[in-house]
Amino acid sequence: MAKTLYDKLWDMHLVEDRGDDVGLIYIDRHLVHEVTSPQGFEGLKMAGRKLRRRDAIMAVPDHNIPTKDTDKPNPDPMSAMQLAELEKNAKEHDLEYFPMGDSRQGIVHVIGPEQGFTLPGVTIVCGDSHSATHGAFGAWGFGIGSSEVEHVMATQTLVLKKAKNMRVTVEGEMPVGCSAKDIVLAIIGKIGMGGGTGHVIEFDGPAIKALSMEGRMTVCNMAIEGGARAGLIAPDETTFEYVKGRYLAPKGAEWDMAVAQWRTLHSDEDAVFDKEVVLDASEIVPQITWGTSPEDVVPITGQVPSPDSFKDPNKRESAVKALDYMALHAGQDMLGLKIDRVFVGSCTNSRIEDLREAASVIKGRKVADTVIEAIIVPGSGLVKEQAEAEGLDKIFIEAGFDWREPGCSMCLGMNPDIAGPGERVASTSNRNFVGRQGPGSRTHLVSPAMAAAAGIAGAFVDVRNF
Amino acid sequence: MEKFTHMTSTAIALEQSNIDTDIIMPSDYLKTIKRTGLGKHAFESLRYTKDGTLRNDSPFDFGAGKTSKILVVGDNFGCGSSREHAPWGIADLGIRCLIGTSFADIFASNCVKNGILTITLPEEDVAALMRDAKAGKKITVDLEAQTVSVDGSDDRGFEYNPQHKYMMVNGLDEIGQTLLVEDKITAFEEQQRLQSPWLYRELPQ
Repeated sequence: MAKTLYDKLWDMHLVEDRGDDVGLIYIDRHLVHEVTSPQGFEGLKMAGRKLRRRDAIMAVPDHNIPTKDTDKPNPDPMSAMQLAELEKNAKEHDLEYFPMGDSRQGIVHVIGPEQGFTLPGVTIVCGDSHSATHGAFGAWGFGIGSSEVEHVMATQTLVLKKAKNMRVTVEGEMPVGCSAKDIVLAIIGKIGMGGGTGHVIEFDGPAIKALSMEGRMTVCNMAIEGGARAGLIAPDETTFEYVKGRYLAPKGAEWDMAVAQWRTLHSDEDAVFDKEVVLDASEIVPQITWGTSPEDVVPITGQVPSPDSFKDPNKRESAVKALDYMALHAGQDMLGLKIDRVFVGSCTNSRIEDLREAASVIKGRKVADTVIEAIIVPGSGLVKEQAEAEGLDKIFIEAGFDWREPGCSMCLGMNPDIAGPGERVASTSNRNFVGRQGPGSRTHLVSPAMAAAAGIAGAFVDVRNF
Repeated sequence: MEKFTHMTSTAIALEQSNIDTDIIMPSDYLKTIKRTGLGKHAFESLRYTKDGTLRNDSPFDFGAGKTSKILVVGDNFGCGSSREHAPWGIADLGIRCLIGTSFADIFASNCVKNGILTITLPEEDVAALMRDAKAGKKITVDLEAQTVSVDGSDDRGFEYNPQHKYMMVNGLDEIGQTLLVEDKITAFEEQQRLQSPWLYRELPQ
């Protein structure tokens, strides 16, 4: 029977079929960070259980760490305690651990691919919903809770219910001035925040295949914002080229063996999907969110929608609340909306290509006086080094952007990088939830180029004619 | 884990759709290394004003809301971050059952691990239960029979994953259950090591 890529990954990792589409699934890779792992380690210890495979783990601090004054003690004692706990657990279990200051340290979803820890065909989990990112390699990556973290530590498996298959095909060619972020925001706008719930989404089509690995990671990263626990893109030459030579990539004869296996990782031509969505990339305009959910998205040339335009009464009520929170009114133009802060970073958009995209807009210009702070946060120490080797840091600093140390930063309000109440942020992150970037903060999700341009103009502009 | 067979309780109605796990448990409270004590922070923005005083419209802190063990919720409940701190906080509030039209995948799976039952019902049933919750009626949830009823009304059936039901009804530890088939895991690893040797490495001590 014809299989989808997800079907193949499921079958490859099935340890025990338990009927009713439930299976015991083998987990090849486990990324561990400070926030969702302490209870897992504690549970393991309390039950007197052993860690099954320490070679399958990579541990790194990212959520709680500051991105400046990193030589000083962490200003938040609770964060400091959680970070110390990670280091203690890493030592106790002899894990591969990249502490702050190590160039290999960074956001879990940036360092996994960077180190060749993420490979096509693997199952890869992390106590973080953006583990969908790794699907860009044709790996089955998905977020788990802390009890599942403990389950993986003890058994190297998870009991899972098989998800349904969904395919999003992006036809055509992406216009100049748009990027992977605009594609994925447009997809979420179309399918809605719950559109992929219960499904694994495979992204396909010429516009997806034309993306670099960085772009593919941006797309898969936000699969979860469409409700799908995992996103997938079939591996191809672009994937193999990215992976080759990385720290944990197979070498020598094993490389050839691996590539031969990876070439089989695609949906069969006649595979059937439970849900299909098609988009035309050539119609995509730079996207921007107006509300408090990633599905609340419009083209930059568009207006804030009227709550009355939503048929569902719950959605209508949510839109009223969102407009109140965001201090916007129906019919208002997105163009020209003034901003207070810029954040370029996060597991969605902090890789080298994202920084290049921002730099190309920023070069030779200055951050607007009205902007309180504009920060650029590389996803890892290695991204930082690469950007500095290319001179991007100078472009940012000369323009008045703050060039930071790697971490999750202003994506989630768990570290010193937050926006104040009522402040409007042009952000390349993935969630515009109420209070996500700090209590009362107002987030607009955009691409790196759009965020950079907003920083220069002090307001949202259409980067295509900027 | 505490067994879940059946229970009867008043319910709290939370109509808003897309309640994300940032709303259920704000990121400020994720900096704990324990699983307990998070109830006081759960749904903070719906319960407290900005200066930290209790809101007089908090659905959780007055009358029947204080002892309700059931939440009737809007569409796509629990979306967003994978933080298990969200169900830990809900459980710490004494809530053992959520009823709604749809739940985000990671959140629903985190609930099972913490003995919280998530029941998915059609929109009109959830709307009716929402009204019953507001009217202060008692809702009976029977996991063994897979039914929901209100004040002795006709039972509404619901679907539930049989594996999860077995775990919940018997209060089993999932890791312990999985380790019963450890030999199968070992056999899988031996096979995989031959087919994909690059997935195994000798990490220096």
